[in-house]
Amino acid sequence: MNLTAILDNALQAVAAAPDIAALDEVRVTFMGKKGSITELLKSLGAMDPEQRKLAGQHINELKQQVQDALNQKRDQLQQAQLASKLAQEQIDVTLPGRKLDDGGLHPVTRTIARIESFFTELGFEVKHGPEIEDDFHNFDALNIPEHHPARADHDTFYFNPKLMLRTQTSGVQIRTMEQQQPPLRIISPGRVYRNDYDQTHTPMFHQVEGLMVDKNVSFTELKGILHDFLQNFFEEDLQVRFRPSFFPFTEPSAEVDVMGKNGKWLEVLGCGMVHPNVLRSVGIDPEVYSGFAFGMGVERLTMLRYGVTDLRSFFENDLRFLKQFR
Amino acid sequence: MKFSEMWLRQWVNPAIDTAALSEQLSMAGLEVDGIEPVAGVFSGVVVGEVVACGPHPDADKLQITQVNIGQPELLDIVCGAKNCRLGLKVAVATVGAVLPGDFVIKKAKLRGQPSNGMLCSFSELGMADDSEGIMELPADAPLGIDIRQYLELDDYTIEVDLTPNRADCLGIKGLAREVGVLNKLSVCQPEFQAVTPTITEQKNITLSAAEACPRYLGRVIKDVDLSRSSPLWLTEKLRRCGVRSIDPVVDVTNYVLLELGHPMHAFDLDRLAGDIEVRFARDGEKLVLLDETEVVLKANTLLIADSENALAMAGIFGGLHSGVTSKTKDIFLESAFFSPLAIAGKARQYGLHTDASHRYERGVDPELQRTAMERATALLLQIVGGKAGPIVEAVAPEHLPKSAKIDLTEAKLLRLLGHPIAKAEVTDILSRLGLAVTQIDGGWHVSVPGYRFDIGISEDLIEEIARVYGYNNIPNVAPQAALSMRKFSEAELNVQRMRELLVDRGYQEAITYSFVDPKVQHTLFPQQQALVLPNPISADMSAMRLNLWPGLLQAVQHNQNRQQSRIRLFEYGLKFIPDAAAEGGVRQVAVIGGVVVGSFSNEHWAIAERAADFFDVKGDVEALLSVTSAGAEFAFERGEHCALHPGQTARIRRAGNVVGYVGALHPEAERKLGIKGKAYLFELELAAVGQRAIVEAEELSKYPANRRDLAIVVKTDVRFADITASIKKVGVNQLVDLKLFDVYTGQGVADGYKSLAIALTLQDKTRTLEDKDIQVVVNQVVNVLKDEFDATLRD
Repeated sequence: MNLTAILDNALQAVAAAPDIAALDEVRVTFMGKKGSITELLKSLGAMDPEQRKLAGQHINELKQQVQDALNQKRDQLQQAQLASKLAQEQIDVTLPGRKLDDGGLHPVTRTIARIESFFTELGFEVKHGPEIEDDFHNFDALNIPEHHPARADHDTFYFNPKLMLRTQTSGVQIRTMEQQQPPLRIISPGRVYRNDYDQTHTPMFHQVEGLMVDKNVSFTELKGILHDFLQNFFEEDLQVRFRPSFFPFTEPSAEVDVMGKNGKWLEVLGCGMVHPNVLRSVGIDPEVYSGFAFGMGVERLTMLRYGVTDLRSFFENDLRFLKQFR
Repeated sequence: MKFSEMWLRQWVNPAIDTAALSEQLSMAGLEVDGIEPVAGVFSGVVVGEVVACGPHPDADKLQITQVNIGQPELLDIVCGAKNCRLGLKVAVATVGAVLPGDFVIKKAKLRGQPSNGMLCSFSELGMADDSEGIMELPADAPLGIDIRQYLELDDYTIEVDLTPNRADCLGIKGLAREVGVLNKLSVCQPEFQAVTPTITEQKNITLSAAEACPRYLGRVIKDVDLSRSSPLWLTEKLRRCGVRSIDPVVDVTNYVLLELGHPMHAFDLDRLAGDIEVRFARDGEKLVLLDETEVVLKANTLLIADSENALAMAGIFGGLHSGVTSKTKDIFLESAFFSPLAIAGKARQYGLHTDASHRYERGVDPELQRTAMERATALLLQIVGGKAGPIVEAVAPEHLPKSAKIDLTEAKLLRLLGHPIAKAEVTDILSRLGLAVTQIDGGWHVSVPGYRFDIGISEDLIEEIARVYGYNNIPNVAPQAALSMRKFSEAELNVQRMRELLVDRGYQEAITYSFVDPKVQHTLFPQQQALVLPNPISADMSAMRLNLWPGLLQAVQHNQNRQQSRIRLFEYGLKFIPDAAAEGGVRQVAVIGGVVVGSFSNEHWAIAERAADFFDVKGDVEALLSVTSAGAEFAFERGEHCALHPGQTARIRRAGNVVGYVGALHPEAERKLGIKGKAYLFELELAAVGQRAIVEAEELSKYPANRRDLAIVVKTDVRFADITASIKKVGVNQLVDLKLFDVYTGQGVADGYKSLAIALTLQDKTRTLEDKDIQVVVNQVVNVLKDEFDATLRD
């Protein structure tokens, strides 16, 4: 067989190989130990040197050509194989992933956490206290003696005249001041209780109270911190106003209103300079130290922030409501 | 308190409109709660006189009238009111008049008779919710004048929500004083003449509790005519202050109450026996009150009494027996000062709250009694006639409130406000408030009038100054404080971390009431007593929770009733355990707990549907515990809990102390509570999981780790925790990991036995473990398991 015919045969066979296994067979047929090109090379030994040199050159060229064709074809087949594998392995990436749907924090917790972060940034410490409280911490120490009209306003849940569900978290201030001397910066978030249940009242709700006692703490600073707080809380340049009010444990006292989207003032918190009787009741000299205190209703702030319209929904724990707060 | 703006403006009339006045009051601390017009919107209603009046020929209940409205023509008007009569002055809606509700008056025929207008009632003009008959105007009302003008109906009822310290503003007089201060205007008191006594009859008065009642004025008025009714000007003023007209005597005392802020009381003189005594009640003494209820009096209650009986609860409520009736001829009028401490809380102990007690417990001007008496006498004589006796005044001056004398320094004012206010301005504000002010070196000396019970110390003066100066004229300043670093304990775990962990594991945070339904709680804790609220909102919110589960299960019920089937809730809060040894007889323990009901996952194409089970929830608890980085200190053991399934309850201990539970809700409770599906519950005490260990890092081994798997067969009741403990004792330092990778029962394993597949990972810190070293450990493990648990190797 002449070289050209072999080459033609080989190239045809390579081109016709449908897959890598077939291609391998083609390689063996031509280039294997007994392959036709190998046989040709073996036949060189029998030739005279002149002839061998020329024929060797031709055969090697032939071999190279076939080898190149084989390599090229192998690459092609491998590419095709990969492409087909990739095509087969295609998935619908829009199918939902495997996961446990996450839950969420209660909106009241979320609001408390935000309030805590604003104030802890300023060095306020978060303090907690008991919810069943005695009359000293809930009333007496806060300058609300027995028979003070303010007691009647509280709708207290009493267990007995000395023991009650706390009506405010202010008792935590007292417990803190009993143990620590100024300078003091604390906030106390938590549940409070009033015997009142209608569209705008639930018998349990949450308050955050704040207290700062130091030398020279002033009303301007109370105004400053609450103004900043409200701007931060609502993330808006809100109009804020301070309105004189009355709390037995502060003097002067104020209520703070923000301008609502409907153009009406909304009361959001109460505050004032700590009454000297309160400081005295815990052994702090009001002629040396002064302080401010403030208290806010968490549900109220949460409703304004997130557009919740029914106060009672906070404690129904309806998953459809809660799941909105992700 | 509700008041008529017009009435206030008769005392002081600033050149600002209603809205601005309200704003001003609110910003001075007298919060305006509402502003209502005193009449509806209407026009075309004038004063007329019924000059002819006769029966309608074709209708029994109608009358045909002719009404003079000061025009040449008389108006023919058909009227259905019973009180329509000849000579009556009436409010006439003329043709073209528009009444409230855009009701236009047209010419009409009623049962064939022409009617060119309408005679109006109070309710038709929006001046009452309901009223009987047509409005009867005074005989001297000028014909033809617009009724709005005649009755000054362009007026508003303003309601102020007064704080308990501002009792001085519970009357027009006090409100006017405040408005005068704010507008720098002087207040003009209406003038009235003191009545000269025309008779000498009087009652002796004894103050037997002078501390509680240091001043009592009484006066006899004889021959009053109580068949007369109160004039319209009086009832209108009362109405605009939210007070109904009752009879002339009550109306006059109410008028004085509203005008001066001073409560008064009138007795039927004929019902009084002997002298008047102001004394405390004798324990058990009885009194029938004006509302006809009989009360058994407590000894702390101050009384007005005569020589025989209790007549009235002083400063709170009158008695029925001595009360004024339509038959009363002679009255005894009282004007007294009762000390706030004597009245405070007393009305409440009888379930009472009256206009009088509201004022007395907050403080009534101790200098106002005579003025009030004179004012009321003059009004009474004017309205019901009669002859007044002399005023008898009993007084114990030593017990009258002392005028507070306060020194305020400029330094303190600046220290507390943080903002300087000019000395002259401070002096001006205090003087305008009616305080007697003397400037002294570095400050002020102030003497407080008796009606300002709320001003006793310099801080009170500072509030007054700031209030009148305007809170919003005081700048906002960022607080200053030393930047001293607070202590932060790394070991202390914030509960927020736990919350977030549970949220990430699919739990929704709940907040349930701390008081729960005692029935639900009893189902879960049949033996345990809870603290109970004596006066709950309702019976199903009356028991303080013994743990978080009653509330959480109620939340499960709520959601299952609303088509929510997959529920994972957690809550953080206090539980309340009665304990005589604890403060207040109750331990208040912070816990974090949860409930899981329904499928493990939401329906998903790639996750097989299955219900959540014990080990899902236990896994969540283990995750919580591992946050403490001391997971190894916690042990789960088979436990018992009255609310949980006895075979599916794990008690959790840390260092021997029980710190929580996890388990399946007891099937009996599940049935009673109507929970659909199996509920799994957990609860952990925060004190036990709130502390984490501080890491002490270990050096890593440089030598390879080796894994050996063991499959052992043990009896079903052998606990894995015990097996682990034994293996760990053998493995000591070389055992770096132990995994249970299969639990199998069934074919190939005898009944009553289970097969456990355990992977041991062994590693040494100092050398590479040879096969023979590893085999030694594995053999030891096998032997120990055989000895302790009768374990065999599975082929």
